[in-house]
Amino acid sequence: MTNHWVDIKNADLIIIMGGNAAEAHPCGFKWVTEAKAHRGARLIVVDPRFNRSAAVADVYAPIRSGSDIAFLGGVIHYLLSNDKIHHEYVRNFTNAAYLVREDFDFNDGIFSGYDADKRQYDRETWDYQLGDDGYVQIDDTMTHPRCVHQLMKQHYSRYTPEVVSNVCGTPKEDFLKIAEMIAETSATDKVMTILYALGWTQHTTGSQNIRSMAMIQLLLGNIGRVGGGVNALRGHSNVQGITDMNLVTNVLPGYLRLASDKEQDFQGYLDARSPKPLRPNQISYWQNFPNFWVSLAKAFYGDAATPENNFCYDWFPKLDQPYDVLHMFERMHQGQMNGFISQGFNPLASVPCVRKVHEGLSKLKYLVVIDPLVTETSEFWRDMGDYNEATPADIQTEVFRLPSTCFAEEAGSYSNSSRTLQWHWKAADPPGDAKTDTGIIAGIFYGLRRLYEQEGGAFPDPIVNLSWDYDHPLEPSAEDLAREFSGSALVDVADPKDPTQTLAKAGEQLSGFGQLRNDGSTACGNWLYCGSWSEAGNLMAKRGTNDPSGLGFYPDWGYTWPANRRVLYNRANCDMQGQPWDPTRATIHWNGQQWVGNDVPDMRLTAAPEEDVGPFIMHPDGVGHLFALKSMAEGPLPEHYEPFETPLGVNPMHPDNPLALNNPATRIFPNDREQLGGPDEYPYVATTYRLTEHFHYWTKNVLLNSILQPSQFIEMGEELAAEKGIKNGDQVKVFSKRGYIRAVAVVTKRLRGLAVNGRTVHTIGIPIHWGFIGVAQKGYLANRLTPFVGDANAQTPEFKAFLVNIEKIPTTTAV
Amino acid sequence: MDLSRRQFFKVCGTCAGATSLAMLGFSPNEALAEARTFKLAHTTETRNTCPYCSVSCGVLLYSLGDGSKNAQAAIIHVEGDPDHPVNRGTLCPKGAGLLDFIHSENRLQHPEFRAAGSDEWQRISWDEAFTRIARHMKDDRDANFIENNDTGETVNRWLSAGMLASSAASNETGWLTVKMARSLGLVALDNQARI
Repeated sequence: MTNHWVDIKNADLIIIMGGNAAEAHPCGFKWVTEAKAHRGARLIVVDPRFNRSAAVADVYAPIRSGSDIAFLGGVIHYLLSNDKIHHEYVRNFTNAAYLVREDFDFNDGIFSGYDADKRQYDRETWDYQLGDDGYVQIDDTMTHPRCVHQLMKQHYSRYTPEVVSNVCGTPKEDFLKIAEMIAETSATDKVMTILYALGWTQHTTGSQNIRSMAMIQLLLGNIGRVGGGVNALRGHSNVQGITDMNLVTNVLPGYLRLASDKEQDFQGYLDARSPKPLRPNQISYWQNFPNFWVSLAKAFYGDAATPENNFCYDWFPKLDQPYDVLHMFERMHQGQMNGFISQGFNPLASVPCVRKVHEGLSKLKYLVVIDPLVTETSEFWRDMGDYNEATPADIQTEVFRLPSTCFAEEAGSYSNSSRTLQWHWKAADPPGDAKTDTGIIAGIFYGLRRLYEQEGGAFPDPIVNLSWDYDHPLEPSAEDLAREFSGSALVDVADPKDPTQTLAKAGEQLSGFGQLRNDGSTACGNWLYCGSWSEAGNLMAKRGTNDPSGLGFYPDWGYTWPANRRVLYNRANCDMQGQPWDPTRATIHWNGQQWVGNDVPDMRLTAAPEEDVGPFIMHPDGVGHLFALKSMAEGPLPEHYEPFETPLGVNPMHPDNPLALNNPATRIFPNDREQLGGPDEYPYVATTYRLTEHFHYWTKNVLLNSILQPSQFIEMGEELAAEKGIKNGDQVKVFSKRGYIRAVAVVTKRLRGLAVNGRTVHTIGIPIHWGFIGVAQKGYLANRLTPFVGDANAQTPEFKAFLVNIEKIPTTTAV
Repeated sequence: MDLSRRQFFKVCGTCAGATSLAMLGFSPNEALAEARTFKLAHTTETRNTCPYCSVSCGVLLYSLGDGSKNAQAAIIHVEGDPDHPVNRGTLCPKGAGLLDFIHSENRLQHPEFRAAGSDEWQRISWDEAFTRIARHMKDDRDANFIENNDTGETVNRWLSAGMLASSAASNETGWLTVKMARSLGLVALDNQARI
């Protein structure tokens, strides 16, 4: 979230699209209710299903799953063609006035630079025009044909209300009503917030779904604003924290991108990630990358990391390509992997195409599962009949299952969706011999380190030299680890403005990432979390309930990265003179000498408004990107592409260009493409989702939740049910090209057929929570149905839009 | 005197009984369930965070056992933290079942091993588990570690093993895990945020 949970109460208009907060995030949704009840805010819900968020909405509109970019592109078209944008904000805080290269082009669904064989773009032309001074060329009148504003106008001119309705199945009048409501928040005293979740991410166009709304929020001047922003309602309690800690293939903690094979030169690696400003006076904060990276290397390798060995640059692995979860299971399926560790993760249930995952796990030599609970993954080899067909004698994988503590039995911090790190405390010992995750990781690592010390082996240096300076090396405490990632001074750190002054003495905890250095004098495991445990103590444990602004910021509750800032880009809450656009929702302002106020300014404190320092300080140009430059795989402006399994067989936006049927930049492995079904055999759109009574595949182990929702069901509309002769409560089989599930049919008015491109498209809803393990009734893993293909940028699987068929299971009469 | 329900409990805890305050005219804003006061009177209250969704609601865990050497704490009650700025004491149907997660019959108790071709678990010790896992990993890494790619560039990666990390684990666990994983040269590394 750019903003935070309580801030939702400050919005005038709330749109929930690609999410269902009332059921998936109920206690956060209360702030929507608060905004409606006490601020008179209105709520819009756009979703394929009339869900419980829709039930309390002022306006609900249905949409065909997988067509969000068409809807949002229609909103962009509405805003631009009706001149409903926040002009001062757009001109000064976005790249609308920036000129794009003459050779950038878009033709029938494909941008310039496409290589159809590689399914990749050469992004060279997706760039600005630079002047002789090295800065981007700008046309403040925004009339130049190559300025972003004009390119957007042209690009989205095709997204008329008629086209939106034809692609999305949303009735035109519903779309227009919503577009009009959204457009009202282009006024300086009206702010909209957007709440989204997996309903946007789990598509092959997921990243561009979100970008489309970010562009709308920029056009309306709603980012950086109290009550505004772009707000991802994230999944697990610490999915934000583990993302920040970057347990992902291609990034190190704090979003520090790993080196590629080509980057053999250390200085070149640092320089490539430290971009110079592209406009005068801009901060371009990533210029601090060397401070963050060297401090991280010192936290990893301590005294072994020296300037002479480039702070162990070569000890970190380099990448020839990303090895995300889909790629991992593809390689496992090909028999290219021997070992696999699953820590608090149940991939047999949560990765697409269960059959493929099962075959992959069966080819491993060893599988290590760390979990508080029994999971399907740890028992993948067990013969569970129809629910999990397996012949244990044929599966040669050795499986180790290690019991870990749960939240109640350990201390530590979680980062919630608001980016707030909150410490929690241990209340009891775990059952049996269960150990903390840190004790388990330490046990495995110590076993390895001992072997490498005794026997030598392949490149032992990083293993035997990894910094492990903990009071309890075999079970490092959460306190020790938190101090380590927050960071400390290794020698006295001098104030660059006055070298006679010391900012932090050797051995002291640092107070913030501004103190990090690139010379090895500081160590910090994650620059974003620097200062969360300062000399003042564990700030994540703070539980102050004061709210001086009355806006719900609670600055003394926990610690919010970065720098305890509650609203990102908050400079944009003010006009060009540095005064709040809306004085009733003021955070920071310029007092003539510096930025002050109720939040931690996201701006150099002494940057006077007339210096024109842009609010988006991480960007080299200081502005929000309506045109994404080279950052997105499939193009700098979002375009509608069909899901990989489309019910239409054609992209109505580009009916004559097969290259533009699906996302042209999505990676799909050949054997997975063969496993895609078409609308003739599988005519219905399926979409998976969660129920308010369950959490993923976890709470089927929990008695209370299993009582509330004991058995598997699917949802279908009345019209389709009548067509198929299915009655409410009938047993049905739902099947895709990849597998089937059996479940009870719930026939409902909440789902309905939509008129799309000359046909009726029906949707079948698949709640995901059942499996062959748990205290609930046994069921079929929903991912037996789903396709093994992900978003072109994030590789998030397309769980929200794929094709199935359905049939009634005849009831056998007992004799 | 304006007391929150939580403050009211605290005050009551130091008084003879809940009713005496109420009789003096001090009543909390919400109705008070007196039976619960007795149930929780001898428990230890611990602040924690719901492990499910990213609202990360504040919860209070109530456990029996006074922390003395041979007393084992047992959690008997979970409720929302009324001081928490986001959830304000509420819990959803997921969070309301937390006690049954903590005490689920499917909680794992001991390290276990399933041999190749076997259809059952056997219990093993932590030492045995760590020793055997380390042996597997080292043999695999030594055989498949890539110091240089085909063109001779230094890459130091290990591709034949992978790891999925948990986004329900703490930041501290994440930090220790990433240290271990990267020191081994693991690049097949991912977590639930992807999914």
